[in-house]
Amino acid sequence: MHLYDVPLAFSLVGLALYVVLAGADFGAGIWQLVAGGGPGGKQIRDHAHHSMAPVWEANHVWLIFVLTVTWTAYPSAFGSIASTLSIPLFVAALGIIVRGAAYALRAGTSTARELRVIDTVSASASILTPFALGSMAGAIASRRVPVGNAAGHLFSSWLNPTSLLVGTLAVAASAYLAAVYLAADATRLREGELERQFRARALAAGLVAGAVAIGGLLVVHADAHRLYHGLVRGGALGGVIVSLLAGATTLALVWARRFEAARYTAALAVAAVIAAWALAQNPTLLPGLTIQQAAASHDTLVALIVAVLAGGVILFPSLALLFRLVLAGRLDHAPTAAPLLPRDGVVAASASGLLGRVAGACLIAGFGLLTVADAPWAHAIGVTALFAFIATGFLAAVGEP
Amino acid sequence: MQALSFAVHIPLVCFGIAFPAMILYVEWRYLRSGDQLYLTLAKRWTKVMAALFAVGVITGTILSFEMGLLWPNFTATFGSVFGLGFAIEGFSFFMEAIFIGIYVYGWERLSPRRHFASGIPIAIAGFTGSLTVIAVNAWMNHPSGFRLSGGRALDVDPLAALFGNRYLWHELVHMYIAGYIVTGFVVAGCYAVGRLRGRWGRYERTALVIPLTIAALAAPVQVLVGDWAAREVATTQPVKLAAFEGLAKTTKGASEHVLGWYSNGQVKYGIVIPKLLSLLAFHNPNASVQGLDTVPAALRPPINVVRLAFQAMVGIGTLLALLGAIYLVVRVRRKRLPQSIWFYRAVAAAGPLSLVALIAGWVTTEVGRQPWIVYGVMLTKQAVTGASGIPIGYGTLALIYLAVAIGVVWILRRLARSPLALPEPTTAAAGS
Repeated sequence: MHLYDVPLAFSLVGLALYVVLAGADFGAGIWQLVAGGGPGGKQIRDHAHHSMAPVWEANHVWLIFVLTVTWTAYPSAFGSIASTLSIPLFVAALGIIVRGAAYALRAGTSTARELRVIDTVSASASILTPFALGSMAGAIASRRVPVGNAAGHLFSSWLNPTSLLVGTLAVAASAYLAAVYLAADATRLREGELERQFRARALAAGLVAGAVAIGGLLVVHADAHRLYHGLVRGGALGGVIVSLLAGATTLALVWARRFEAARYTAALAVAAVIAAWALAQNPTLLPGLTIQQAAASHDTLVALIVAVLAGGVILFPSLALLFRLVLAGRLDHAPTAAPLLPRDGVVAASASGLLGRVAGACLIAGFGLLTVADAPWAHAIGVTALFAFIATGFLAAVGEP
Repeated sequence: MQALSFAVHIPLVCFGIAFPAMILYVEWRYLRSGDQLYLTLAKRWTKVMAALFAVGVITGTILSFEMGLLWPNFTATFGSVFGLGFAIEGFSFFMEAIFIGIYVYGWERLSPRRHFASGIPIAIAGFTGSLTVIAVNAWMNHPSGFRLSGGRALDVDPLAALFGNRYLWHELVHMYIAGYIVTGFVVAGCYAVGRLRGRWGRYERTALVIPLTIAALAAPVQVLVGDWAAREVATTQPVKLAAFEGLAKTTKGASEHVLGWYSNGQVKYGIVIPKLLSLLAFHNPNASVQGLDTVPAALRPPINVVRLAFQAMVGIGTLLALLGAIYLVVRVRRKRLPQSIWFYRAVAAAGPLSLVALIAGWVTTEVGRQPWIVYGVMLTKQAVTGASGIPIGYGTLALIYLAVAIGVVWILRRLARSPLALPEPTTAAAGS
């Protein structure tokens, strides 16, 4: 692997995580849409909401990660993709807005009817977004995005057999992932009825997704011959086989009610498909543009890789903490009986006279160094003094209301 | 279009910068005193923060989509220069999302101290996120760290471009303080309205004093920082400064015009203060200030838009600083809150006014840079997408934003109306 391949690998890992994590979020929305009315339907919709609410924001940030890494490392490819595929990109953005808004608004609902409306709207967006994003992947994979500012066809670039296939597969896979996760959550909450329902849904969605994926190979064979040949050779073929095996294993695990293990094999199935696509297309990014040609300069790549790795050192432990808390049920909706017992103590009587004088001194120093003086170092100290003024002044003036 | 998106996103950024710190302060007071009042306040503010953050995620995602949708050529040419900033921003956003999840859902489920600790990364990430985005904007205003050759950026040094930029520091400080001013006055404004309607218990007083004290301290500081920023602009972007002031010709000992309207090379109906502009910009009453005539008409920004925005920002900023000073004097000298009904009316008005000043400030710097997208390097019209159908997208997105805005107002009202879970009634203590 060359240096210029590394950011692409990051992007693909981010994409896989996005599909696995946010896909489950969209899938939960799909199950909300088809839950139907009545108390049973409401139970399903509530369960889907409460399982996803603590993590959905973190899940969706993966997409932003993929976008920023791509435009930093492969700017010309990103520009071409975004301009030719502006319509599906726009649709996906709309879907994400609506989904996020629904999460924000759900907290304020009070009547069942309001809740129903919000769930329905957000759930419709949950079908639209994975489909649009999948159709974009299909467009790139079937070589319909040429290099240049809006050089490709505005519609046929993403409305074609391969795009429709990948879009449909994305929706089916989302529903499948979500059903597996929600069944696992229901098991943890000891909700037998919910577990039974989501198990049935997981099995059905898994069969559909598998059928679409296998049938899809025929579509790819007819529509995107190059991609097909890439997929049935070498490492890519390995990815396809791993994906099929992982998919079949997941179905078996769901059948055996081993949902926790099924979470991971389902994720593996998705990741393997993305890896297979990447290997099938390597080393071409867009028609006539190799990864090497598209890559940014050496320094930018190094800085980006360092930033991503350094970020990862902070990010992954944090994510692990979040998911551990969620999976252990620590953030569950059900109220827990652990009242807060604050330590005893009284706010120390603030020496507000002294603090006030310090604040005044900081303000004067800040004014002198920032406004009157001209040297950069004086400005730096001046700004620091002004911040110190705000901090000390706040402690001096806030007091007991 | 991006303008609209930013105008929606910026106030949310302010809350992202300042609100977590305020909530943490309240929670800290609770941990120190065990007073349930602070706990209630922190929890209620947390709900507001969560709702605003969710909306911020949406508008932020849209913005990153728009970088590709609207400015493919800008991203294609300079993505390697400024993209790193957004990559770091993405991480900050991530951290914010993770810990907001833990913080919001962790009340009463984590130990008090661990819960408090989980809030700290939110405040830090809010800062680093805004730092990198402002670094990108500073770079657009004062590009460096690359060499342009045949339409491609070569010899890119992204670290120097983003963080070795003299334009970054005043923009960052200016924006950061603006975050505290806007959040402080908006939150305080809500409780000032409550006071005008007769809700004035200990809870409301606490909820007013904390944000108002921060904003009152930050507003006068912002005047000094703004003056520093204007001096930096005078050196690095003289045409922008000329647009701020409506200065047509390069002038020695230039005068400052307050209010008025720019037409045919001069400011009409303005109040003239001789030599003040030279003094402010270069600390010398006889310094020469470059006018708009230093560049061809096609390379000038729309003067009146920039000038009006600039004057609005400065005018409102000065009023806010005055309001803050009055509050501080009463608070420190008399050890109480001001009693005049007019004071609370002014605070209630300061919330929306500070938002106006914020957006005016953004217009000042962004429109003031026009017609350049990257100052002196790439014109905005060279960067824009070649895809058709953009107006349809504009309309749809505008409608969506309208819907989101209505939704936000609706949910905040809902949250405000839900009853307080306080152990003792607080409104009974009104007037004390």
